[in-house]
Amino acid sequence: MATVAIQCEGLRVVFSQRGANQTILDGLDLAVPLGQITTLLGPSGCGKSTLLRVVAGLTEPASGSVKIEGQSVRASQHKLAFVFQESALLPWRTVWQNVRLPWELRQGLSGQELESRIRTALDLVGFKATDWHKKPHQLSGGMKMRASIARALITQPDILLLDEPFAALDDMLRSKLNDLLLRIVEQTKTTMLFVTHNIAEAIYLSHSIAVFSQGRIGEQIDVDLPFPRNSQVRSSPEFAATYGRVSESLIRNATV
Amino acid sequence: MNNKSPRWIRIGAPIGVFFAVAIAWHLAVDWFKLPPILLPKPYRVLQAIWTERLRLAQGSWVTLQASVLGLAASALIGSFVAILFSQSAWIRTALYPYVIFLQTVPIVAIAPLLIVWSGAEFRTVVLVSCIISIFPIISNVTSGLLSIDPNHLDLFRLQGATRWQTLLKLRIPSAIRALVQGLRISCGLAVIGAIVGELFVGNSGTSDGLGALMNAMQANLRTAELIGAILACTLLGILLFLGVELLNRWAFKRWTIDTGFESDG
Repeated sequence: MATVAIQCEGLRVVFSQRGANQTILDGLDLAVPLGQITTLLGPSGCGKSTLLRVVAGLTEPASGSVKIEGQSVRASQHKLAFVFQESALLPWRTVWQNVRLPWELRQGLSGQELESRIRTALDLVGFKATDWHKKPHQLSGGMKMRASIARALITQPDILLLDEPFAALDDMLRSKLNDLLLRIVEQTKTTMLFVTHNIAEAIYLSHSIAVFSQGRIGEQIDVDLPFPRNSQVRSSPEFAATYGRVSESLIRNATV
Repeated sequence: MNNKSPRWIRIGAPIGVFFAVAIAWHLAVDWFKLPPILLPKPYRVLQAIWTERLRLAQGSWVTLQASVLGLAASALIGSFVAILFSQSAWIRTALYPYVIFLQTVPIVAIAPLLIVWSGAEFRTVVLVSCIISIFPIISNVTSGLLSIDPNHLDLFRLQGATRWQTLLKLRIPSAIRALVQGLRISCGLAVIGAIVGELFVGNSGTSDGLGALMNAMQANLRTAELIGAILACTLLGILLFLGVELLNRWAFKRWTIDTGFESDG
């Protein structure tokens, strides 16, 4: 059995709005294996992003626990990086300065070592040197997302949390960035917890898909497609069969 | 009229309106047989401006200094107060009503009190200018410091940023656009404040700004000169606005124009 990177047990999150309580996560259990991509799939508002925020320590659960490699979230927050739905780049900073930001805040790395890390991260996401000193408004949506991923990778996190990072991009760009993520996992062995609405994207990227149901994980489906994956996988019968399974699970769990 | 209009229209249209108003003014004075003491003809105003050019220039210079100092003080003090407000909801709740009080109290009502406290001096004029122009700065900068993209705040939290780091590297840079907006509103108010201050300080003190000149001209029923002084006041407002735009382009460009939120045109 694979070592667990993220262990969620009995997570319960309740939001109060104007006196009314809404339970978002209701006793959720999930184990995310080390070095793998696990995707959270479910309809809008089912609690996928909330779970990601709880794992990141950005939202406190009412009860239950999250362990990151056996430690509390607070103790292991430095091992995490988060990629937001929108790139969340600071508009007054260049790409280079945005990617450098985490180390400016953590203050543990500087000089040539930091420069070398920034170069490596930007190279890894396929950023051309001519674009390093551009401001976010001069970049396309895909470029912004690449910069955002580079910023997440700069601290060499053990765990990368991605909240629908490609939702606003067109299919072609989404497909390219999916390949980029697979390449990053292959090279860095980073564990990823990925949120998406898109079934095909979930299958293409994941080792395992966790389907949401009523604030819990209704079913966890292993994706038995070989790695490394490429676009040809999408047209294979195995992909189609997995698509059918996941689709059925999604409908079944949404109507429980 | 949009920015795509030809340049000659953008420049020519306001000039055309100016001449049309001047001609209508001239004809109205003749038509209604208005005495010069009530409304002099435009050329009389031009003559008065030329005759009084030295006094008007000196007065404008004094008023400009008071306005710039008042605006600079309101920018500094206002930004400092806004930073305090952004750091504590408690401070904001306790002090914001008094900031609104500052905005709603008529400046003409407190100007005499300020003269009693601070004397009929140039500094009182600066003080009035600062008080009248500070509210838009506090209001805009506070809003800029607090309206931060939640994803940016989460990003800083995830990196374990301190309150000080969040203020310096996120909140203040995010609020610079709001500061520039505040300055654009306040620059006109700073001129009004300086004139009101000078109207009250009058000739009794060392100040001989446009407000003091206007007092003297009004007392001597020199309407043409008075209109000339009013035009000088308007010119000062425009100058200060241009000054704010220059400051935006030179000092704040990185956080405003270069972020793509504002046009460079």
